[in-house]
Amino acid sequence: MSLPIISLDDLQQGESAIIVEIIGDDVVASRLMEMGLIEDEPIAMVGRAPMGDPTEYALRGYRISLRKSESGRVLVRREL
Amino acid sequence: MPPDTTSKDARVVALIGNPNTGKSSLFNALCGMNARVGNYPGVTVEQKVGRLSGTAEIIDVIDLPGTYSLAARSADEAVAVNVLSGEIPQQAKPEVAIVILDAANVERNLYLFSQIYELGLPVIVVMNMWDRVTSEGLTVNAELLSQRLGVPVVCTSANKRKGIDELKKTIEKTLRSPSATPQSEQFARAMFPSVFHDEVKQLTEWLESQGRKPSTYQVDRLLIDSDGHFQKLICQSGLPDIATKIDEARLRLQTAGCKVPMFETKARYAWVRKLIDGAVVRQESRSASPSDRIDRWLTHRWVGMLFFVFVMFIVFQSITLFAKFPMDGIQWLQAQASSGVEAVLDPGALRSLIVDGVIGGVGGVIVFLPQIAILFLFIAILEDCGYMARAAFVMDKLMTTVGLSGKSFLPLMSSFACAVPGIMATRTIESRKDRMVTLLIAPLMSCSARLPVYVLMVSAFVPDTKYAGGWITLQGMVLMFMQSLGAMVAIPVAWLLKKFFFPGEPATFLMELHSYKWPSPVVIYQRVWERLVSFVVRAGTLIFCTSILVWAAVYFPGDHMSLDAAVAQLEERQSEVSEMIAKQPPAPRGSEPATEDPSIANMQSKIDEAQELVNQQRSKLIEGSFLGMVGHRIEPLVKPLGWDWKIGVAVVASFPAREVIIATLGTIYSLGSDQDENSQGLQHQMQIAEWPNDGKPVFSLATALSIMVFFALCAQCSATLMTIRRETNSWRWPIFSFVYMTTLAYIGAWLTYQCFRFWS
Repeated sequence: MSLPIISLDDLQQGESAIIVEIIGDDVVASRLMEMGLIEDEPIAMVGRAPMGDPTEYALRGYRISLRKSESGRVLVRREL
Repeated sequence: MPPDTTSKDARVVALIGNPNTGKSSLFNALCGMNARVGNYPGVTVEQKVGRLSGTAEIIDVIDLPGTYSLAARSADEAVAVNVLSGEIPQQAKPEVAIVILDAANVERNLYLFSQIYELGLPVIVVMNMWDRVTSEGLTVNAELLSQRLGVPVVCTSANKRKGIDELKKTIEKTLRSPSATPQSEQFARAMFPSVFHDEVKQLTEWLESQGRKPSTYQVDRLLIDSDGHFQKLICQSGLPDIATKIDEARLRLQTAGCKVPMFETKARYAWVRKLIDGAVVRQESRSASPSDRIDRWLTHRWVGMLFFVFVMFIVFQSITLFAKFPMDGIQWLQAQASSGVEAVLDPGALRSLIVDGVIGGVGGVIVFLPQIAILFLFIAILEDCGYMARAAFVMDKLMTTVGLSGKSFLPLMSSFACAVPGIMATRTIESRKDRMVTLLIAPLMSCSARLPVYVLMVSAFVPDTKYAGGWITLQGMVLMFMQSLGAMVAIPVAWLLKKFFFPGEPATFLMELHSYKWPSPVVIYQRVWERLVSFVVRAGTLIFCTSILVWAAVYFPGDHMSLDAAVAQLEERQSEVSEMIAKQPPAPRGSEPATEDPSIANMQSKIDEAQELVNQQRSKLIEGSFLGMVGHRIEPLVKPLGWDWKIGVAVVASFPAREVIIATLGTIYSLGSDQDENSQGLQHQMQIAEWPNDGKPVFSLATALSIMVFFALCAQCSATLMTIRRETNSWRWPIFSFVYMTTLAYIGAWLTYQCFRFWS
């Protein structure tokens, strides 16, 4: 059974997922990929900022802060 | 020595790495604090060159801007690529690239390395922040990595000065005998799909047929980066066909299933994974690290917000509280120096130049140092311990409502104390667009120099009406409105600047959040020192020059004979009186001090007379000075604002600093220049001033409000403008700031006057 594809922004605190795709080929997409957000890579949601945006994520052994406008570009599949 | 040239006989190496890898502390550890700082031609990217200390050969180190990639989308990245490929005029091509990695984040950092590696320069890898490796539960086998890459790997903790000597030795060794050029199979691009290699070959052949000699790296970038740096360069150089060629090639790649730009990052990260396999091991622990536990609270919905407010409170309280004493001390020293000079020199042009021009000018520069030092002390501590990124994380949402990012918060907040340190603090903003917009709206924040102007005008002209049983005063409300006016105007200004002056650059806010650590005293000391020196040397000299220029405009071309005579007479009488008082026998205990002595009282009135004469002479001279002429000339221009020529002069004379207007008004109204905002005499003189033609009072509520609005929005602060010049390395932006703010101020003052003139 394969889980549905969701946006990275939909992850709840403490959840992790596998990156499926980065939408687009513009600067934002390239920058996300350069930071290591690449398909098949696991990513975990660490916590949101007090006002709900941006959100802290963990991947490749480091922490990154992404705005909704950026994390919305990342499609993920929840890990079992 | 000009910073943009490395000396001829020096060998040159370049230091490059991701942001936040401790690159500047490594640079300082290698070169000491004597870096030559300048700007790369044509861009607002700082160029820093230092000389390696304690080596036999002369070795210059170029500190390149921190960057995540060599894809050359931003000015910083373009500079890094151009320096490494030797395309910067008057700058020798570096012989070695020192690539600094965050030892606790090797995987992500090696991405940039994989691109630099392909440029073909000999490379040294520095694993900095080595002390973090163990504390974060990592095992990194530097030797194995060195073997696999075929390049030397040095482990350092720059903030603790560990591993620096070894790095220096490695640099010397690599310069003597560069490591063998790596085989192309060792590069990450060997993992690019074969269709891509074919396209590179085709495009290279075509470019060669057009008489170009592109490097493989450049052709790679041409194909990968849509609308990238190299494409722009080559289009400009008169090869317009290239755009269609590239588009066709990309389309072919697309149909062959090679997605641009994704395949590049994918191949590079795959290469990195293979490289670090078994060499970098992370202990997977389920329990949260101490840093995570701190973070849970510091970014918590309520606690995090409260903590942020608390930190800001401490920072700004400290600036106002602790900067006060040194600033008072500086003013005291200034007064001492002035009276010292006055005691030695007779009244005249030289004395006036030294006292009013030089001492005033120097004072105008160093008075900023305490605030800059304190603000940057806090910024350095917060940055180095890792909280700064969290502060930006916490404030980002709020700042996006005005189109900026969380990183703009602290610079703007600082500008409420003073725009000079605020503008300098914008260096922490990586996005050029955000930085420029923040820097340009920072002077609109109501700084402490505006307050005296408001206080003078409010207490003299705003009726002392009280509401709600005396709890709310009209004066207080006007004061509050004036204090917040600039910030309110800044919102639409920021929006317009983003829309029309910096369009197209996308707002990304990808920010790394490092784990917390104890700040390093060495790093903090260096950062504060660097800021102070750069302010004094680069902005200070210009601020000093404007002070001298304005002094000259006030002093010339008047004939100062009678003023000098009057001043000499005044000083003579003053010293007579002090002598008389000194000669008097001490007053008997319990009786009144003997000021009642008729001869002294007589002298006192003579002193008052002499003072009166001096003030009149001053006032006459300022009217006849260049500045006075300007004032008269611009009267038609300022009349719609409800101002007479005297206000016009005072406003023009306040170009070096806003608060100067009070002293100038004092001089013009024959009260002497030592007036402050609470001076009853000045308030009274302003209240009774009349227009010469119809005898109506010059100052009404409308005029007072119009002056205040003008000062809330104008750019009358040479220190701010010179700091903008220094930070943007261009006269364009200080001129732009001055023009846009003065226009805003004029329109604002005009609207205010026109609205309120019929009111009272």
